[in-house]
Amino acid sequence: MTAATEAFRHPAVRNRLTTRQLPKRAGLYTLIGAFILAAAVQGLTGFNWFALLALTCVFYLPAIYLLSRVKENRRKALDRLIRSLVTVAFLLALAPLISTLWTVVSKGLGILNWEFISTSGGAARINPDTLELVSSSGALQAIVGTLQITGLATLFSVPIGLLTAIYLVEYAQPAFWLRRTVNFLVDVMTGIPSIVAGLFAFSLFTLLLGPKAFSGLSAAVALSVLMIPTVVRSCEEMLRLVPADLREASYALGVTKYVTIVRIVIPTAIAGIATGVTLAIARVIGETAPIFMAASFTDSFNANPLSGPMQTLPVMAYTGYKFPGQNIDLSNSQAWGAALLLVLLVIVLNLVARIIAMIFAPKTSR
Amino acid sequence: MPGRPTPGKPTQGKPRSGKPNAAARTRPADRVFKFLSTSAAVSIMVILAGVALFLIIRALPAITASWSTNPELKSGVTGGFASFWAYVSPLAFGTVWASVIALLMATPVAIGIALFISHYSPRRMASFLGYIIDLLAAVPSVVYGLWGILVMRPFLLPLQEWLNAYLGWIPLFSGKVTSTGSSILTGAVVLAVMVLPIITAICREIFLQTPKLHEEAALALGSTRWEMIQLCVFPYARSGMVSAILLGLGRALGETMAVAMIISPAIIASFRIITEGENSQTIASNIALNFPIATGMQRDALIGTGLVLFVISLAVNMVARLIVNAGTGRKKVFWRKEKVSTS
Repeated sequence: MTAATEAFRHPAVRNRLTTRQLPKRAGLYTLIGAFILAAAVQGLTGFNWFALLALTCVFYLPAIYLLSRVKENRRKALDRLIRSLVTVAFLLALAPLISTLWTVVSKGLGILNWEFISTSGGAARINPDTLELVSSSGALQAIVGTLQITGLATLFSVPIGLLTAIYLVEYAQPAFWLRRTVNFLVDVMTGIPSIVAGLFAFSLFTLLLGPKAFSGLSAAVALSVLMIPTVVRSCEEMLRLVPADLREASYALGVTKYVTIVRIVIPTAIAGIATGVTLAIARVIGETAPIFMAASFTDSFNANPLSGPMQTLPVMAYTGYKFPGQNIDLSNSQAWGAALLLVLLVIVLNLVARIIAMIFAPKTSR
Repeated sequence: MPGRPTPGKPTQGKPRSGKPNAAARTRPADRVFKFLSTSAAVSIMVILAGVALFLIIRALPAITASWSTNPELKSGVTGGFASFWAYVSPLAFGTVWASVIALLMATPVAIGIALFISHYSPRRMASFLGYIIDLLAAVPSVVYGLWGILVMRPFLLPLQEWLNAYLGWIPLFSGKVTSTGSSILTGAVVLAVMVLPIITAICREIFLQTPKLHEEAALALGSTRWEMIQLCVFPYARSGMVSAILLGLGRALGETMAVAMIISPAIIASFRIITEGENSQTIASNIALNFPIATGMQRDALIGTGLVLFVISLAVNMVARLIVNAGTGRKKVFWRKEKVSTS
């Protein structure tokens, strides 16, 4: 107290809070210095983006620590070091993301054209001009398969997931055993390995229908096992956000519980539910192992989900690499094309989810 | 189960005796809807039980069969093993081993990212940065597999050669070094990328829930931001962080495609991480690789290994959930209260 007033009265006495501090932009200048130094080293050894950034970090981290240690104190130096380390961790996570997307786009863009999307693979035909056998390399069968299997899985999981969420939020008493059990089991279900879901569907259908029971339906069942817990959790969260006032107002008007849920609660939460379902679809659309187990793979066109193997985009990306056909380069590039289509689908679904959330967001927060 | 929820105060599950109150009159449609939603909840239990049941039905013949005499089991993908347990135990080891290496790499980075987003980055950017990290989780695993083959294998090859040449006396890096990069280390790096967003997302949520008053109190006492995090954020988030790591482990255990495409395996229990063709194999990737070429009984054996994977990941997930529940429930509140009352 007295020290503060003392400092106020005599401006000549320096404020102890602001002395022994690095200047405001010190971190930035050190970073630029480290970058220039790293670039100089790169000039000697040869250029590589990753090495440049790594070297910048290697120079920057000790530099900022020592600077702060000399000018400030040990505690602040540690703080600055941790701040830099944490930022580096974030940038480190960006590297695989950018690298993955860049690889997929650059590898897949070459093959991605209208013919790839609109023809189905496997069907060899003779080119009338040169009389050579041309095998078409399209992905139509995989696109149709992906859409059908994911669509069926959505059809199975959304009613079960939404109704379970309604049970958990609207009907169950907090301490009731069924509610606690279901709550726990949904959590457990989230952790089912995707390949186990595939094995489950395979076992179920082979026991019911005999040994060659590969079908799109079976794959859809496998995907539902993975999708239901995600749908339950997102719907539950959204239903809980609906204010209790709305429900009570509805009850006060003499509306029954069922009508209240269907006409008041669900419409209020519909945007969030739609977002959650879209994200759940985006999550399962890329699943490879369960579809591979349950629907096998094929090059021929099959639009009947009830019988026969079905091709899907993720499985096409896998088999194109793992079990290439006669023309290995073509198979590999088909795999990349399928991967790019898949990533595009996932990104579109994510964007749709965000747009739904953005358009309808004000309604829920009313 | 009485019809209307009474917020806050749990009521008993048994029906009330005497006349129900006149206001809670239910219509037929009401009962149908309640029945529907209750049965949806019950169906969750049925599905989980079904998963376990059908796997057991299919796997049981292979588990109980005599592997040395059965004509199908003693050849092909399951050949050379005395029993089901001799077949599955190196696989189970490989599954845990690959996941643990991945977690060792992913956990520090994930916690760092979560701290960056929750406590270091500008507030307005926090949700956007979180979204970018979530994008990592949106990339399908098969794409990570292709990326691992094309980019990660050659990228990590020099590092592995270096490790083998200079640190080869450590058992971890011993053996004949890989020539293509298809080692368990490469697979684990890709696995680490895949579990990173899960651990980050959970840790971020928990870090953000740290009571503002605690943080401000620490800062007001003159602590630096890092000291504040050590004093307030980490103690508050400890159980959440443990469960986040366990959930990441659950994800890594079940991951199939990336591992199946990258690691060049053998069914042995080996700690070596930079060899090729003598790496430990994981259960999921073993199933994916051998399922198409397996015959009837061999498929049953593979389904049996899937059952073991199911049990392992179930156990990990249950422990994670129990820690979450214990952490957010009584214990923490009790600890906080005691702390406050003594000061």
